[in-house]
Amino acid sequence: MAIQEVALTTGRASSISLVDRLHGLVVTVDHKKLGLMYIGTALIYLVVAGLMAVAMRLQLAVPVNTILEPDVFNRFFTMHGTSMVFLVGMPIVAGLGNYLVPLMIGARDMAFPRLNAFGYWMFVFGGLLLYFSYLGAPGLAGHGSAPDIGWFAYAPLTGRAFSRGNSTDYWILSLLMTSVGSTVSAINVIATAVALRCPGMKLMRMPLFVWLMIVVNFMILLALPALSAAQIMLLIDRYLGGHFFDTQAGGSAVIWQHFFWIFGHPEVYILIIPAFACVSEVVPVFSRKPIFGYPVMVGATVMIGLISTSVWAHHMFSVGMTSVGNTFFAISTFTVAVPTGIKIFNWLGTMYGGRIRFDLPMLFCIAFLFQFLIAGLTGMMLGVAPLNWQLTDSYFVVAHFHYTLVGGFLFGIFAGFYYWYPKAVGRLLNRRLGLWHFWLFVIGFHVTFDTMHFSGLLGMPRRIFTYDLGRGWDTLNFVTTLGALLQAVAILLFAINVVRSAKKGKLAGNDPWDAWTLEWTTSSPPPDYNFATTPSVRSRRPLWDLKHPEDPDWQYE
Amino acid sequence: MRIRHHKILRTLLLFAFAFACVVFAGHVEPVLGNTDGVTSIFRPLSQPAQEIKETSFLVLAICAVIFVVVAGLLVYALVRFRHRAGDEASEPPQVYGSNQIELAWTVLPILIVFVLILVTTRTIADIQNRKAPSTAVQATVVGHQWWWEIRYPELGIVTANELHVPASDGRGSQPTFLKLQSADVAHSFWVPQLAGKTDVIPNRENLMWIEPTKPGTYLGNCAEYCGTQHARMLLRVVVHPPDEFERWAKEQQQSASADSSAPEGRKVFFANSCVNCHTISGTSAQGKFGPDLTHLMSRAVLASGAAPNTTDNLRLWIRDPQKIKLGCLMPNMQLTDEEVNQVVAYLQTLK
Amino acid sequence: MINDASLPLTLEASDWKLPSSRKVAIVCLILTETGLFSIFVAAYLFYLGKSLTGPTPSEVLETPIIPTICLLGSSLTIMLAERALRRENRRPFQLWWAITILLAVVFMGATAIEWHRLITVHHLTISTNLFGTTFYSLVGLHASHVIVGLCLLTLVLVFSLRGLVTPAQHQRIEMVSWYWHFVDAIWVIVFTVVYVIGR
Repeated sequence: MAIQEVALTTGRASSISLVDRLHGLVVTVDHKKLGLMYIGTALIYLVVAGLMAVAMRLQLAVPVNTILEPDVFNRFFTMHGTSMVFLVGMPIVAGLGNYLVPLMIGARDMAFPRLNAFGYWMFVFGGLLLYFSYLGAPGLAGHGSAPDIGWFAYAPLTGRAFSRGNSTDYWILSLLMTSVGSTVSAINVIATAVALRCPGMKLMRMPLFVWLMIVVNFMILLALPALSAAQIMLLIDRYLGGHFFDTQAGGSAVIWQHFFWIFGHPEVYILIIPAFACVSEVVPVFSRKPIFGYPVMVGATVMIGLISTSVWAHHMFSVGMTSVGNTFFAISTFTVAVPTGIKIFNWLGTMYGGRIRFDLPMLFCIAFLFQFLIAGLTGMMLGVAPLNWQLTDSYFVVAHFHYTLVGGFLFGIFAGFYYWYPKAVGRLLNRRLGLWHFWLFVIGFHVTFDTMHFSGLLGMPRRIFTYDLGRGWDTLNFVTTLGALLQAVAILLFAINVVRSAKKGKLAGNDPWDAWTLEWTTSSPPPDYNFATTPSVRSRRPLWDLKHPEDPDWQYE
Repeated sequence: MRIRHHKILRTLLLFAFAFACVVFAGHVEPVLGNTDGVTSIFRPLSQPAQEIKETSFLVLAICAVIFVVVAGLLVYALVRFRHRAGDEASEPPQVYGSNQIELAWTVLPILIVFVLILVTTRTIADIQNRKAPSTAVQATVVGHQWWWEIRYPELGIVTANELHVPASDGRGSQPTFLKLQSADVAHSFWVPQLAGKTDVIPNRENLMWIEPTKPGTYLGNCAEYCGTQHARMLLRVVVHPPDEFERWAKEQQQSASADSSAPEGRKVFFANSCVNCHTISGTSAQGKFGPDLTHLMSRAVLASGAAPNTTDNLRLWIRDPQKIKLGCLMPNMQLTDEEVNQVVAYLQTLK
Repeated sequence: MINDASLPLTLEASDWKLPSSRKVAIVCLILTETGLFSIFVAAYLFYLGKSLTGPTPSEVLETPIIPTICLLGSSLTIMLAERALRRENRRPFQLWWAITILLAVVFMGATAIEWHRLITVHHLTISTNLFGTTFYSLVGLHASHVIVGLCLLTLVLVFSLRGLVTPAQHQRIEMVSWYWHFVDAIWVIVFTVVYVIGR
């Protein structure tokens, strides 16, 4: 046992058999291994769901296309959306939190290591259950039966009458499982950040990343139950004859939408705030200045968390609410834009007056800033309810949320990857491959999603497997598809980089980026125990204090 | 090595930018210009779409200004404060924040938000609070999987997939007020050049109105995913000059034409279970599950836009509906080729 | 080279007091469960008076006074049990703990009797109408949490009878009791919504 652990830690695994190494992963409770497992599994789902997107784009590249049958297409967009949110986004949130929080606060592991492992395996089995639906009833002879209800599964399409067979049940049960995983991970991260900080690390001395993780995980605790409750209600409808969403018995289809979006809107902030967290760590280091307005950043994030619980029905502007209801949710939507804008300004303030290095983590942050700015502005447009009546459920809104999720979330996460991969693996990612990844992805992203806005403005609704000639959508869709292919190549290059650099990358050392938070004091990768002795800190940037003893932060904070 | 790398990437970026400009320029025209069949939200020919467009221009202007200012500052910071050779030794001044600056860039967004709230509130009230004048045409739209049932209760008309309305020209306002109902799942009624979309939800009646000013045919789509053939649940709104609308209404109010030139087809139709789903007024066919066929030949398309209404398509549709609309709920009646031709001939008498 | 050996050693360790991770975890669990219950309560309130058919709440519901007193009383007895544990009185601890379990079992029994009456006499099931669906879901969700609580309580009693529970572990026992208080607090809300507001 001891030999295995030492070998796994130091990377000299040649003497350990593959079976033993896999066994080590199955039984591990080490937050670093589990964090990497979360992220690794998420990246696999990213590729799978991404290939579905490429297939859909090929189908939509020309009008009246016949590459994909309607049912296959409908299952693809359902599985693509569900996978990207629950099997890519959420596990990356969990993985980053589980890997980095203990290292950043000077702790040895998470508060509940076994709970950590439990959460990961719930996520894995939930994901497998969702994809098993392709084989499940009625099986391949019926061309498989993956859910085809859309990732937000509006009632009453999901009722027994309209969703025959078990595909909707796979959707419900797999997500109930992954939600358990997300919930326990949230409890664990909060407990760790609150209870295991090293001496001297008051709440306002934590890295901003940890603060944002606390906010995110509180939001998970409050938002996920709404989805789980609605899904349990749907199960009761489908199996026990309940009438929660049964319009024939006086039930309401709209109440599903309310419950779903009470989860769904905070969920998108749950996805984007970890990207904010990565950007908040990378931008200061590569601008060579502390984050501008740390207390304001904390406050703004908390405000975003709170206000985001009151905006949900801006996804439902076309449902027929009263003018009072529509006005309220428009107002709350504009309000949440204020703290979000403040964060962008603070990142700008961090760069201003700095000495900006254009290493790969920073390049992804810069792209993030431009793209998230645009995404926020199209979000404001969508908050104007009457304009929303034209734009919702069209490709404009599809472009908007891909701008936030790909242009915002994915770019922010890539920044984090390029920044922390050397810490986790011990070797830097290859810069040349990284630059190709970056530029191809940026160009592909803009070719696809800038163009997509116009399809929506021209009246193209979403979730259609084909469209007719003469609507003005032909060229736009073709161009959109080209961008998707570019992005696919970029992701392939990234995957190659990740795998190759693990063995052949330049050795990173403890602190390749000249950074300032506690994780950069450990070796790369860190030892099992993280820190030989529990550190203690006097400021937000303990390594700055050590490197600049004549000008330490604690004299100014 | 690094410099050459940047040159290549810069060239690549310029090409991409040029390409983007070309794409953009190619599509400003359909978005803002005049091309048939194109349903741009910026080419409204009706209220409330017109008011929405005006509001959107103001909002777009505000967003454009914000973008130019913030992106401009971003670019400036990147250029002015980039790391230069020789900067290795020193770190820049470590500024932690500034309360005045934070206040400034909090107050300014709040003011912008305030303007947006005012604009939005007014537009919502204008559109949602309108009451139907006595001259309004009243129609009920019922969404089905995957077609539209259209009823005019005051006029005694039932039709499918095409909503006919009068244009509201200078002679006095004649909007059309729609009640939206669903027979099964959630749909959404969206004709971009006439109005924003309103969802069509079972056990809930939604209201909307349109007031088109120019005669013509306006295309739309179902805009809420409703199952397999959501993509082919198209809408056509035919706007007539007022007297033409009267004429159309009178024709639609008639029972099925007494044209007896296709008796064999009539027999096939009534012998099979077609009558269980379809209504032909004035006959014993009173089925309510499928579209009303009384004036089938007055419609331009079949199967809610899946195919133009031609003899060949009608034949194909009846022989095997799945060939035109895979997954649709109309069964294949397993008719022989001869029976199909006869039925088509009969249906073509339903003008 | 900067490594973790350069960091100053534990400075104010004795002054550095943080909340217990267990307490934080239980509070988080209670928060998320409250969220879950809120949605079922919202559905219950939303659907009041909207059933198209069948028995209405005022026709069939009887206020469960005794079961409520039992359940709320069990919060009291569990607090007495904890006090006994802290004072190292093992037998009183086990006694009060057992009474807590007993009160909970009485509550569950009364629920079972009430459901039996509703189903056989009034023909109200989960599929009868909107009231049936929302009633059984909400009360059932609470009952399932009582059952989980009963399992935890029984486990603790078994451990204690085998001599495995010591005063030093009072904090773990306290976490179980916090969960139990949460279950009781939820009952107050469910009771108010179903038997007071709903009728």
